[in-house]
Amino acid sequence: MKTIKDIISAVAPGVAIEEAQYPTVTLDPDKVRGVAAKLKEEGFDYLISLTGMDYGDKLGVIYHLSSSANEHKQDVIVLKTSTADRENPLLYTVCDLFKSADLYEREVFDFFGIRFINHPDMRRIFLRSDWKGFPFRKDDDPSVNAVPCTNVTPSDLENVPSITIDSDGNVTEKDKMLFGNNEYVVNFGPQHPATHGVLHLRVSLDGEIVKKIDPNFGYIHRGIEKMSEKLTYPQILPYTERLDYLSGSINRHAMCMCVEKAAGFEVPQRAQYVRCILDELTRIASHLLGWGCMCMDMGAITAFIYGMRDREHIMDIFEESAGGRLMTGYSVIGGLAQDVHPNFVNRVKEFIPYMRKMLKEYHILFTGNPIAANRMHGIGWLTKEEAVALGTTGPTGRASGWSCDVRKIAPYAAYDKIKFNEILRNTDTLKGDTFDRYYIRLDEVLESLNIIEQLVNNLPDDGFRAKVPPIIKLPAGEYHQRVENARGDFDVFISSDGNKNPYRVKFRSPCMTLISALDPLCRNEKIADLIMIGGSLDYVIPCADR
Amino acid sequence: MEVKNLRVKSMKNEDFNNNDYLEKYVEELHKGGVNVAIGVLDDVINWGRSHSVWPLTFATSCCGIEFMCVGAARADFARFGWEVTRNSPRQADVIFVAGTIVYKMAPVLKRLYDQMAEPKYVIAIGGCAISGGPFKDSYNVVQGVDKIIPVDVYVPGCPSRPNAMLYGMMQMERKIKLESFFKLPKKPIITKEEEIRAQIDEESKDVKTSK
Repeated sequence: MKTIKDIISAVAPGVAIEEAQYPTVTLDPDKVRGVAAKLKEEGFDYLISLTGMDYGDKLGVIYHLSSSANEHKQDVIVLKTSTADRENPLLYTVCDLFKSADLYEREVFDFFGIRFINHPDMRRIFLRSDWKGFPFRKDDDPSVNAVPCTNVTPSDLENVPSITIDSDGNVTEKDKMLFGNNEYVVNFGPQHPATHGVLHLRVSLDGEIVKKIDPNFGYIHRGIEKMSEKLTYPQILPYTERLDYLSGSINRHAMCMCVEKAAGFEVPQRAQYVRCILDELTRIASHLLGWGCMCMDMGAITAFIYGMRDREHIMDIFEESAGGRLMTGYSVIGGLAQDVHPNFVNRVKEFIPYMRKMLKEYHILFTGNPIAANRMHGIGWLTKEEAVALGTTGPTGRASGWSCDVRKIAPYAAYDKIKFNEILRNTDTLKGDTFDRYYIRLDEVLESLNIIEQLVNNLPDDGFRAKVPPIIKLPAGEYHQRVENARGDFDVFISSDGNKNPYRVKFRSPCMTLISALDPLCRNEKIADLIMIGGSLDYVIPCADR
Repeated sequence: MEVKNLRVKSMKNEDFNNNDYLEKYVEELHKGGVNVAIGVLDDVINWGRSHSVWPLTFATSCCGIEFMCVGAARADFARFGWEVTRNSPRQADVIFVAGTIVYKMAPVLKRLYDQMAEPKYVIAIGGCAISGGPFKDSYNVVQGVDKIIPVDVYVPGCPSRPNAMLYGMMQMERKIKLESFFKLPKKPIITKEEEIRAQIDEESKDVKTSK
């Protein structure tokens, strides 16, 4: 087996490999695409995230690459590139290699104004098309933009600018129309009960067959990453919970771990165990809500009531120990905010058999229902190859046979001390449909219960919080932490310059890639199935918009 | 002036906060005197109205999940007659603004409010809807929905608990019970309709000429 260094020196000869948290390579802008293509051939086919950076004098991009193949699953390679031209920054696209880069590069353009050559669609993604400036640049002043009182006109949404370069180095810019003049386009959202938030989809239809979907993000873009640059590390924690509010504790756990690892704090075992229990309870609550909402979208209100009823038991456990229901605010840097309530262990132990019993009832109520099953089987096929290219991790990827559970790949907290299975479906056919994505969530609830059972029976007793200094400063450098939240691979990336505030924070949102999967999944399906496919992907819009 | 006959099931009048605000409201309404017959008719109509308020299904972020909890088994706002969440603003009486409103969403919210039929009410749920909340410093967040639409009840929290929302709903109910239906006060219109129309016309002209 080749080591990661061999691979890098083979694909990029003569380039220095920097030893940071991951092997890091800094490249010229015109070499990135070639190196990325060669790395993809070597098996590094999963683009975790693409982070825009403002270095002050230069603007750049950081690529985090990983693999879907078993031998390099745990390895991450970091590519960096930058351009000194701040007036008209241009970089080369990688979106023909990694489909997920399509939206990531639009995001970088929106935040930093870096345009990507050969990218087919260089519209703004989150901000309005009439927005002035690029808010993530350090010298930008966003206050010139007033509260708008009119909607963006459709012509702004449909003119897609792109930029190409020929072999002589001549740059040409052109606009093209997104939809043809004869296409029948239906607006779906942002105010619609089945979009699970404020997502705007424009759906091109032929009769009732979906031909193309253009997702329009940004109806809940709050600029959390930019705000974090002015906050101290403990102050950022509450914002991480409000990204993907259904897996709030897990996101908070990720941020805590990233800071603890960077600063070198030793976290007590008890805190790590309790954090894991909390994570799994959050995952169950999230899957119950996702299950209930998906069933409600198909017309089964009873399922929604059942799911929400059982979710309240988890909310009670949270409330007793942490004080909060949806937003627990329980993990802090160094451990937990306070020790668990004396009832905690008993409550959790009572919940496990109850939930197991209820899961059987769910299956009787809905999974076996022939009407529901017929609507879910054979709809919205996602192959493993496509899942990797799109970066749809989490239950969606695992339903297509892609083993992408970060709890197994890069175990954190107490996950390496317990035995659990990664729930996978269709490992032989390598493609999954709506029913697989539906079923895998209920299986994951069962597995989460097994994890909680192991943890809660062996709760160590070595204190709930380590002593941490009142002002936390991270040494200069870049830190990355991956966790598995209820929707997939959630990453925190912190770039620090040694101050008490981060220089740049980036959250890798699993939901954004899930939404980008809507277009390939729904093509040539009926528009009624779009609702269900969306429900089975179970995305949370504020996580995608950040 | 004492607030008359303000009965809300299972909760006494003095247990509520903000009673002085309602007393002032009554004083204002009764300035020109109250016609006895219409006053009694008002009570009957308002009793019906306050127990069949249909909310619009509208949520942008975290508070929306707690709003779903209010609709689900434990909190169950069906007890108050509020359970029929409507997906069309034409059929809704009240809009729960549950979550942050950003610049891109602001015109959408304004249009939804304009599409609702009178009498209509707004409940701002959570810190974000009240004042921008934790996202006060963000470049893209509207600092409170009362900058765009008039708000009747504010429910604090981040996110508000279901029982806080129920309390907010009961306050709304009390407000409806006090109103005189035949001379409902006019709500302030914040953006001028004509100006926006003119702006849209101008933009569409530009598009036509460019083609």
